[in-house]
Amino acid sequence: MESTLAPLTAKDFVTDQDVRWCPGCGDYSILKQVQTVLPELGIARENIVFVSGIGCSSRFPYYMETFGMHSIHGRAAAVASGLKAARPELSVWIVSGDGDSMSIGGNHLIHLLRRNFNVNLLIFNNEIYGLTKGQYSPASPAGKITKSSPMGSIDHPFNPAALALGADATFFARSMDRDPIHMREILKRSNSHKGSSVVEIYQNCNVFNDGAFEVFTEKGTKKMETLFVETGKPLVFGDGGNKGIKLDGFTPTIVDLTAGASANDLWIHDETDRVKAQILSRFFDDPKMENHLPRPFGVFYEEKRFCYEDAMLAQIAESIKTKGDGDLDALLRGKNTWKIN
Amino acid sequence: MSATLETRKNVAIMFAGDSGDGIQLTGTQFTDTAALLGNDISTFPNFPAEIRAPQGTLAGVSGYQLHFGSVEIFTPGDGCDVLVVMNAAALKANLKGLHTGGIIIANTDGFDAKNLKLAKYPDGVNPLKDSSLDKYKVYEIDVTKMTRTALADSGMGTKEIDRSKNMFVLGFIYWMFNRNMDNSIAFLKDKFKKRPDLVEANLKVLKAGYHFGETTETFNARYEVKAAVMQKGEYRNIMGNQATALGLIAAAKKSGIELFFGTYPITPASDILHELSKHKNFGVKTFQAEDEIAAVCSAIGASFGGSLGVTASSGPGIALKGEAIGLATMLEIPLVICNVQRGGPSTGLPTKTEQADLLQAMYGRNGEGPAAIISASTPSDCFETAYEACRIAIEHMTPVFFMSDGYIANGSEPWIFPQSKDLKPIKIEYAKERNPEDAKFLPYKRDEKLARPWAIPGTKGLEHRVGGIEKENETGNISYDPDNHELMVKLRAEKIERIADYVPLQTIDNGPAKGKLLILGWGSTYGSIKTAVIEALAEGYDVAHAHVRYLNPFPKNLGEILFNYETVLMPEINSGQLIKLVRDKYLVPAIGFNKVKGMPFTSTEIKEKIVELLKK
Ligand SMILES: Cc1ncc(C[n+]2csc(CCOP(=O)(O)OP(=O)(O)O)c2C)c(N)n1
Ligand code: SF4
Repeated sequence: MESTLAPLTAKDFVTDQDVRWCPGCGDYSILKQVQTVLPELGIARENIVFVSGIGCSSRFPYYMETFGMHSIHGRAAAVASGLKAARPELSVWIVSGDGDSMSIGGNHLIHLLRRNFNVNLLIFNNEIYGLTKGQYSPASPAGKITKSSPMGSIDHPFNPAALALGADATFFARSMDRDPIHMREILKRSNSHKGSSVVEIYQNCNVFNDGAFEVFTEKGTKKMETLFVETGKPLVFGDGGNKGIKLDGFTPTIVDLTAGASANDLWIHDETDRVKAQILSRFFDDPKMENHLPRPFGVFYEEKRFCYEDAMLAQIAESIKTKGDGDLDALLRGKNTWKIN
Repeated sequence: MSATLETRKNVAIMFAGDSGDGIQLTGTQFTDTAALLGNDISTFPNFPAEIRAPQGTLAGVSGYQLHFGSVEIFTPGDGCDVLVVMNAAALKANLKGLHTGGIIIANTDGFDAKNLKLAKYPDGVNPLKDSSLDKYKVYEIDVTKMTRTALADSGMGTKEIDRSKNMFVLGFIYWMFNRNMDNSIAFLKDKFKKRPDLVEANLKVLKAGYHFGETTETFNARYEVKAAVMQKGEYRNIMGNQATALGLIAAAKKSGIELFFGTYPITPASDILHELSKHKNFGVKTFQAEDEIAAVCSAIGASFGGSLGVTASSGPGIALKGEAIGLATMLEIPLVICNVQRGGPSTGLPTKTEQADLLQAMYGRNGEGPAAIISASTPSDCFETAYEACRIAIEHMTPVFFMSDGYIANGSEPWIFPQSKDLKPIKIEYAKERNPEDAKFLPYKRDEKLARPWAIPGTKGLEHRVGGIEKENETGNISYDPDNHELMVKLRAEKIERIADYVPLQTIDNGPAKGKLLILGWGSTYGSIKTAVIEALAEGYDVAHAHVRYLNPFPKNLGEILFNYETVLMPEINSGQLIKLVRDKYLVPAIGFNKVKGMPFTSTEIKEKIVELLKK
């Protein structure tokens, strides 16, 4: 369903509602990038639906001039599954926080991914519960001091990339609120993937968890801590690209390109390689650790696999082919009847 | 030899055996044949809670009760006249239901030392051998041995041979009740189409059972139950859950909407899923979700998209769905929630019946989240009630609870099935496309029913956002304004109240329109109350029966009806739930009559209560 009207602009996706996130919240940037990217996708506005759960991030649909549903905590994936099954032609976007999607909604998240509904799932990861004012989340690092963990969290954190790939997601990418250009690129990639696309976006909650991703976003540290992956390109990071990553068997090792290591030996990123994607997803070290691996950004993995809604339609078509279009009177009458006169 | 043919008006047979004995199949085959011969029938299967309970134990007993007659039948029978038992445990578990003077047909092979021990009879005690069964007529048949003999040269293994024991019993019962076997022969031929050897074996055993009755001289009485005088028409047999599924499909087909069924398996609701998933050629989309929360949420998503979202469960699953049902109440979109009730709380009695989730449906959500509630009263009534649930959900843009329970969900009865052209029309109106120059779309502007427009994605100009946070009246924008909240709470309640303008008035099922005693029931107690009231009326008692289908809101004339009687008695398979709603709304001093044993009321229990109240 292509729109025949004049091309849409970012403004067409802005609602008349006041945006109520805290000033400086990373959510603003994500909203802006989504509104910027959508007009470029060529989807008629009325065919786009944003579905969210509950949390700061989940207020998102109210700010998008599309169809939208702000559902209940953790359940956006389930609502979107039903919507997509009912209306496969719609462009469905799920917006969720790290708590929303991985705590209360963890079950729905993994099942959405294994079924591979063709939806885009944006996880705004701020490693904290924002809306309930600052408790640790399943993504918070161990030892995190918060209102509900004054002595430090003793929970082992979820690794969203490993979780998604473990649930057989067919697309996983990571981006961050402070890198608009990268995020827009990733959003477009997410949209063009047919299947459940998980985009984890590092989002700064400047009120309850300010600076959680600073090392990845700030000039001084960014180069050493981030690794932008792109298919066909070697894994290179560092000042002027002075560091590279080599695979030693299955073990990623950092090599110094200025100290004799050859660029030809480096790991070349391949989005279609599941094993390598799994290894990449494990680049999840604490940046304070010595010799830690940098954090990857970009598309880790993409795979073609049938989508649930297509299989559902195929079964219906198959059933109609073999049994004929449902005849209600025949159904009501059943196989064995008798008459009483 | 010729046995005498004794005519009976009605007979209740209980087939009982180990869960591996094929009891349900035996029962349904006999039922189908009885129905085809024009008897009125009512059945109730009773499964063990465990799937593979240890063989031969009391926990593993599976039962199937069938009540058939030449008179109208409304229940599977308070007790039984004939008890067929495949083993000692089956006898022990069901003997208390057998009427004095009744017939026991016992498979003697199931009464060996091992089986007696498993059934927990004391050492050395065999009820077939002592005189404990003297008040009954006992027929002993070594079913196992005779089945094995019949198939001795079939080349099949003993295990496989023993599996057709139930056919021997069925054949024998056919002889005993003077029925022909044509229907079952056709059934077996169809069932084992791909295994001609099995067809042959089963037919052989079936006929062996029949001939056994004919040739042995042990049995000198045969029984005949003539065709019933029933309403004219074309009938089929139907089970409650199956009727529910057909009601949903019919509503979707009739209104031209797509049916989306999101569910998570639970006893005794799963058969609705099983039935619906067979009919994908109706465009039915069935979704077996990861849990009940996902099930109801997926249905909500589908309804948001313009389909008819339906979910089904039993009490424990409905508990999980609570928050999402509240969401649907705020979204004001159609949603049908089927609750096939069972014993509770918690996991409770999974395979036993109860009517104890009415207050859960009425109040089981946070805040004030009113929903419409309607309830089916017999297996075939599940059809019309499910259909009505869909109609109300769609036309009034609201969640609707469809209440059923294990007793009617698994029970079956003859049904004069409707023609699709005679089904009530269901009006679906999606909000229409808008142009930029049109006034802004108001997603929460209401019609005369107080229903809001159903504005589905894909419709140009209707882009809007809904959600669980309180809505501003008409615009649907988020609003924390105190006055607006109160207004919206009242509007949502009033919307449900107004449904009463669009549903039929309450009728009296039986008895005088004014008088001494009214029995007011709901749900699966229908058959027992009906039977009891028919008997009481025949004996001259001043009693009437009304059965409520519309539980929220009540039919507009319900209050009036209640005040036409000196006393109102309300039997319920719970500690008194509808009575709370009725007393609350009408301030009548209704009397509760309750049973919470995981068992339906017998008509005798109700009759005795009527007599007790009217004798005072
Ligand atoms: C059933 C239920 N339980 C708890 C809550 C409270 N709650 C709302 S948002 C939230 C966590 C939000 O954290 P996250 O998903 O990370 O989103 P953020 O606010 O950080 O964007 C919680 C616990 C709720 N709304 N519903
Ligand atoms: S609490 Fe944090 S996540 Fe929520 S709006 Fe404020 S800054 Fe953003």
